[in-house]
Amino acid sequence: MARFKKEKSGELPAISTASMPDIIFMLLFFFMVTTTMREVTLKVRNKMPEATEVQKLEKKALVSFIYIGPPIQSKLYGTESRIQLNDSFRTVADIAEFIYTEREARVEADRPLLTTSLKVDQEVKMGVVTDVKQELRKVGAFKINYSTRKKAAKTLE
Amino acid sequence: MARKVPEINAGSMADISFLLLIFFLVTTTMDVDSGIVRRLPPPPDPTADIPEVKERNIFNVLVNKSDRLFVEGRWGDISNLRAEAKEFLANPNNREDLPEKKFEVIPYLGEYPVSRGIISLKNDRGTSYNMYIQVQNELTAAVNELRDELSRQKFGVKFSELSQDYTDAIQKAIPMSISEAEPEDIGGTK
Repeated sequence: MARFKKEKSGELPAISTASMPDIIFMLLFFFMVTTTMREVTLKVRNKMPEATEVQKLEKKALVSFIYIGPPIQSKLYGTESRIQLNDSFRTVADIAEFIYTEREARVEADRPLLTTSLKVDQEVKMGVVTDVKQELRKVGAFKINYSTRKKAAKTLE
Repeated sequence: MARKVPEINAGSMADISFLLLIFFLVTTTMDVDSGIVRRLPPPPDPTADIPEVKERNIFNVLVNKSDRLFVEGRWGDISNLRAEAKEFLANPNNREDLPEKKFEVIPYLGEYPVSRGIISLKNDRGTSYNMYIQVQNELTAAVNELRDELSRQKFGVKFSELSQDYTDAIQKAIPMSISEAEPEDIGGTK
């Protein structure tokens, strides 16, 4: 009995933080696996419309993005919708070249699977989007995806 | 004789890994890209004939530059579009003015009356992208709901839970027949 008393007499033992790095590393690996590197800096506003009937894009490596929207720095670039490819503003005429470079960057077997994801702001007029689509048709990039935000599906009555 | 090696202080390990963690949190994104998947038609061949499609097999959806809908010759509303498209594609009562059906033999389903209806979507250059996506979404929803209904009726599960072979069969029975008209410059280009 005396032994128990002895242990109680001291201060509270400090909580060991030895496993802290392990926990943090675990978190780190979790984030490394589940996330992807941010590739471009957005120069256009990109509030995408909501939709319910969405499909996930499976292979992220096989997707090339086209951003369309009004420029964020509207004082510098105006408010007219612009097309952003990679990190700069481009015009419709540059899309063909963009698609060719995207194709070149992929292994030959993957090229037919290349999807173009259109990330378009909801306030953009269809005129620009139609032009882009026509251009994509010309270069044979038929697989497209209208990127949207997911809205909760309507409940069935 | 083995000398006692002083232990390396691992106290800063947590700090280092925190730093790494924060770096990854900042530089990466988590959003899975999702959206409405479509396949664009190849560029029109000027020499090819325009295929004749009977009027009853076409469901016309027009969106004008002030985002108003014109469905089958009448002003329409986005909230009714799904139901109208569903009725058009399914044609449950075999009405004369709704699309014809063609019996086709489909694996797992046997002989199934496949609708020959086509939804034709046309928009103005001034239509907002938001409206366009809403319309696309409703039309997709109509097809998806029909597929879901057929799947429940035949296999007893939701369409999304079917295996690949059954999915293909259902997709064949209810095709995603949304066609976009060739763009024209109408209503003031901007």
